[in-house]
Amino acid sequence: MWVGQALARRARWRWAEIVFWLAAFAALFLPAGRHLILNEIAILALFALSLDLILGYAGIISLGHAAFLGLGAYAAGLLAKHVTDDPTVGLALATVAAASLGFATSFLVLRGSDLTRLMVTLGVAMLLGELANALPDLTGGADGLQGVTMGPLLGLFEFDLYGRVAYAYSLTTLFVLMLVARAVVYSPFGLSLMAIRRNRLRASALGVPVHKRLIAVYTLAAAFAGAAGALLAQTTAFVSLDFFEFHRSADVLLVLIIGGAGWLYGGILGAVLYEALQDALAAVTPEYWQFWIGLFLVAFVMLGRERLTGGMRGLLARFGR
Amino acid sequence: MTAALETRGLAKRFGGLVATRDVSFTLEQGARHALIGPNGAGKTTFVNLLTGVLPASAGRVLLAGEDVTSLSAEARVRRGLVRTFQINQLFGDLTPLETLALAIDEQLGLGGRWSHAVGGDAVVAEITAVAERFGLADVLDSRTDTLPYGKQRLLEIAVAFACKPKVLLLDEPAAGVPEAERRDILDAIAALPVEVSVLLIEHDMDLVFSFARRISVLVDGALLVEGEPEVIAADPRVRAVYLGGNDHG
Ligand SMILES: Nc1ncnc2c1ncn2[C@@H]1O[C@H](COP(=O)(O)OP(=O)(O)OP(=O)(O)O)[C@@H](O)[C@H]1O
Ligand SMILES: [Mg+2]
Repeated sequence: MWVGQALARRARWRWAEIVFWLAAFAALFLPAGRHLILNEIAILALFALSLDLILGYAGIISLGHAAFLGLGAYAAGLLAKHVTDDPTVGLALATVAAASLGFATSFLVLRGSDLTRLMVTLGVAMLLGELANALPDLTGGADGLQGVTMGPLLGLFEFDLYGRVAYAYSLTTLFVLMLVARAVVYSPFGLSLMAIRRNRLRASALGVPVHKRLIAVYTLAAAFAGAAGALLAQTTAFVSLDFFEFHRSADVLLVLIIGGAGWLYGGILGAVLYEALQDALAAVTPEYWQFWIGLFLVAFVMLGRERLTGGMRGLLARFGR
Repeated sequence: MTAALETRGLAKRFGGLVATRDVSFTLEQGARHALIGPNGAGKTTFVNLLTGVLPASAGRVLLAGEDVTSLSAEARVRRGLVRTFQINQLFGDLTPLETLALAIDEQLGLGGRWSHAVGGDAVVAEITAVAERFGLADVLDSRTDTLPYGKQRLLEIAVAFACKPKVLLLDEPAAGVPEAERRDILDAIAALPVEVSVLLIEHDMDLVFSFARRISVLVDGALLVEGEPEVIAADPRVRAVYLGGNDHG
């Protein structure tokens, strides 16, 4: 009897979670001015959530996650330019395109050490960036994809200059994909991922088909990253080679590490902290903000992320009980 | 009747070191068989070859007559060949509840499912039954690494049992367990269902002789002798290399 209840408790909504989502949606009604940055945060959070699925849950480290972001962005951008300006169609296409790439490249991350994974994922992102560069007729090359214009969301809401609709769109997408991620990590599939990350040998000795599970989660994470890419392309009406760049992959890794991997909300927390920090530093020292962010990161890692974000997690857990 | 598990000319080399030497071994249906041998004899390596953790350098492994030599570790588990680990390999920050749920979901073929949360009547019933059998009911919801070592070793056996083994390989299940908690492990092993064929690796001779109806002795990667416990106990070669030595209690 209580066994069933104890299992059900794993997936229960925590109070802090509910409060967070209410606040995030309430922010839609803030006076105009903050929505552009909120939109950016929501997209970065989705990108980091995607990385959390593979790194935090399955233990696959990647330095090339931007491959999927970039592919999703180009897929959505090209669709808008040549076929239809309906954002949701673009979002769907980008998701499918990135998932296909994820599936195709998942075989590269199954074996080997973390170091090989870093190199392989980095290589895939570089390959794609170079490919986009080599096809200027299609991608606009170094100039980026110009002339991406979006139609109204669901045929109803025009994207406004202040980013309110954009934020609503990105936040809703983030929320829906968080529901998916939640379902996944609390399912038997998610439990098997957690086992694989902790001890692959032990997982396979319990009959877990390790490769199959890793292929599935890598594909899923790629789909999420593709969706983030589509949101970015659609809400900024621009796609460039920069989307594939190393710094994108590195940033999202930092964001996730700042927020803490393996508890679903690390990507969101990390994105908020990262953007806030960047914003604050850019206001104080516009020229040297990267220096300060670098210093912050070193201090952060040396002092122990656990002590900072661990506090937040503890709070969440306490609210949950 | 086909043997539950059989090896033919099984061998393993690590570079220049031969850890398993031409081992042809048979585990009968319903066996209570012990494999003994000094430290470094190659017992764990043998289990690793049987279960597919390591690829064999030569030879075959047959499970109920079927050649499984080229199958992955997880495919062998699904066919009923399950092992425990000599050194604790549990998921320390998961609970026994989660660990058992994981094994049972895989066993029921639900492990890839992601539309429902972990749970469901069949899984709950199975967890409850296994936990009761191994005396784990009261610790199910605590972190595994906070449990007394004896409980962790019981969970190690319980989670293997939850995989519904036809052949169960126990690699030193009582190693490192304090005297006070040892009894529980002996009882759990003694109470395994008769239809499960068991191969026990153990240094504790009391446990070996109370459990085994047949004993094989592995020395330097090769099978030295096999027979009934009285025969093994009386064998001068075994006394010389193993029982006579004072490296084990
Ligand atoms: N992966 C490996 N690579 C290289 N050598 C190994 C490996 N695994 C085991 N060996 C060596 O093979 C030999 C047999 O080791 P094994 O662990 O199988 O012995 P064992 O009989 O289980 O010993 P114990 O009673 O101490 O558990 C040892 O010499 C060991 O060092
Ligand atoms: Mg051993």
